[in-house]
Amino acid sequence: MDDLYRDEILEHYRNPHNFGTLSEPDAVQELANPLCGDRITLMLGINDQGTIEQVAFTGRGCAISQASASMLTDQIRGMKLDEIARLDRDAVLENLGIEISPARLKCALLSLQTLRGALGERVAWQGATDE
Amino acid sequence: MTLVRALDPSAIRADFPIFERDFNGRRLAYLDSAATSLKPRVVADAVADYLTRYSANVHRGVYSIGEEATAAYEQSRVKVGRFLNAPTAREIVMVRNATEAINLVAYSWGRRHIGRADTIVATELEHHSNIVPWQLLTQEKDADLEFVAVDDDGTLNLESYEALLRTEPKLVAFGHVSNGLGTINPVRQMIDMAHEAGALVLVDGAQAVPHGPVDVQALGCDFYVFSGHKTLAPPGSGALWARMELLEEMPPFMSGGEMITEVHLRRTVFNRVPYKFEAGTPDIAAAIGLGAALDYLSGIGMENVREHERELTEYALTVLRETVPSIRLHGPPDAERRAGIVTFNLPSAHPHDVATLLDREAICVRAGHHCTMPLHERLDEAATLRASFNVYSDREDIDRLADALARAERLFGRA
Repeated sequence: MDDLYRDEILEHYRNPHNFGTLSEPDAVQELANPLCGDRITLMLGINDQGTIEQVAFTGRGCAISQASASMLTDQIRGMKLDEIARLDRDAVLENLGIEISPARLKCALLSLQTLRGALGERVAWQGATDE
Repeated sequence: MTLVRALDPSAIRADFPIFERDFNGRRLAYLDSAATSLKPRVVADAVADYLTRYSANVHRGVYSIGEEATAAYEQSRVKVGRFLNAPTAREIVMVRNATEAINLVAYSWGRRHIGRADTIVATELEHHSNIVPWQLLTQEKDADLEFVAVDDDGTLNLESYEALLRTEPKLVAFGHVSNGLGTINPVRQMIDMAHEAGALVLVDGAQAVPHGPVDVQALGCDFYVFSGHKTLAPPGSGALWARMELLEEMPPFMSGGEMITEVHLRRTVFNRVPYKFEAGTPDIAAAIGLGAALDYLSGIGMENVREHERELTEYALTVLRETVPSIRLHGPPDAERRAGIVTFNLPSAHPHDVATLLDREAICVRAGHHCTMPLHERLDEAATLRASFNVYSDREDIDRLADALARAERLFGRA
């Protein structure tokens, strides 16, 4: 039973990294998975060079969704937006390092979807103010 | 009085081919019968027999296999009528599932009889299929939809029901048994109360018909619906029962072939009840499978089915409390008032993680909101775990569940 939820995942689940909020985020996104009630709110602080300087998330849900968010937020700190655009589902699954059944893929990928949503929002917001 | 015989689940399991399948050296512990039931060999055989030996359409062919198909299909209607103790099989409309039956009533009876400022009463316990059709209808008609409150023990609050009946609703719709918590509602009493208030009553029997005796005449309701796929039959089978005078007066829901006696380019004469409601070629194979499933259940005896599942539920409530003391159990605390459904959560693990761990031991449980999101809001749970039983379930299934839950709780709960 234990090999599926390896210790690293349980550790991220119990003590998620980057858990919290930013007081003045440049981008915010909240997403939920209605099937199981997983929920993630992601906040990003992005500098003028397009680099993620600060990242924080809050959420609740299953170990896979929350560990995935914890690992992803570790990974993206210091990354440039164009690098982040290249992050795909394989990157997320590689972080988790366990076999994810098709029924649980939505849990694993919720954090990536939230990240994409946050950046989409930022782009739109920038567009609006640039005009 | 019917003598209640103890079921022998091991003999019953021999009738279900899925238990011959090997799951990494384990037998399947299928504890999700509230989602859908497993199917006995006799049902699969009846379906295969139709598909391979007389797969003609019904109510059309004058050739022999067409007559065989019609006879088998109509025989299933008769079996459904007997199973529900309907006064006549002509009051049985064959549909694809309980959802379709409720939609039929909402679109046909509802659109004719529900008007502006009318009220429909449902309950917080309902499956989405007994909420959303009424939402759409009341939104379209600018009518009101109200909900009977659920008490903390998972039973309906009858004072809240009484208060809502004082608003003189046109229709009251509730489940016979809650799929979320297993609560057996006091349907007879609720039907009488509704009729006194002048309302018609639709009972959703999806979780009741597979698990105990149902007698629509004794209940005295106006509409009763169920799904075949939870009743050991194939998906695509189910029935609506309604009183003849209601069916006679209701307009068609879907239209096309089969439901007509005469079609002219500008006008149509509808077929008689129940065919008026059965447009198009039905799911003949599934309907024939439903007939075989009801025969199979009648052979066991529905009083015996209920007693078996009541006993298992009592066992499960006891063993789960003992093996996993921190478990959060929802629903009525005693097995007398609940069908074979046990809903719960572990304090340290999310339902989906638990269900994934259980799956690795060939234990199938439902994790999520079980199509009852409003009930889960009421319970203040984003999701729960649900174990549900049927004739093939036994104490070993529950022991395996309890042991695996204890291990899951240790894995997630350790500091």
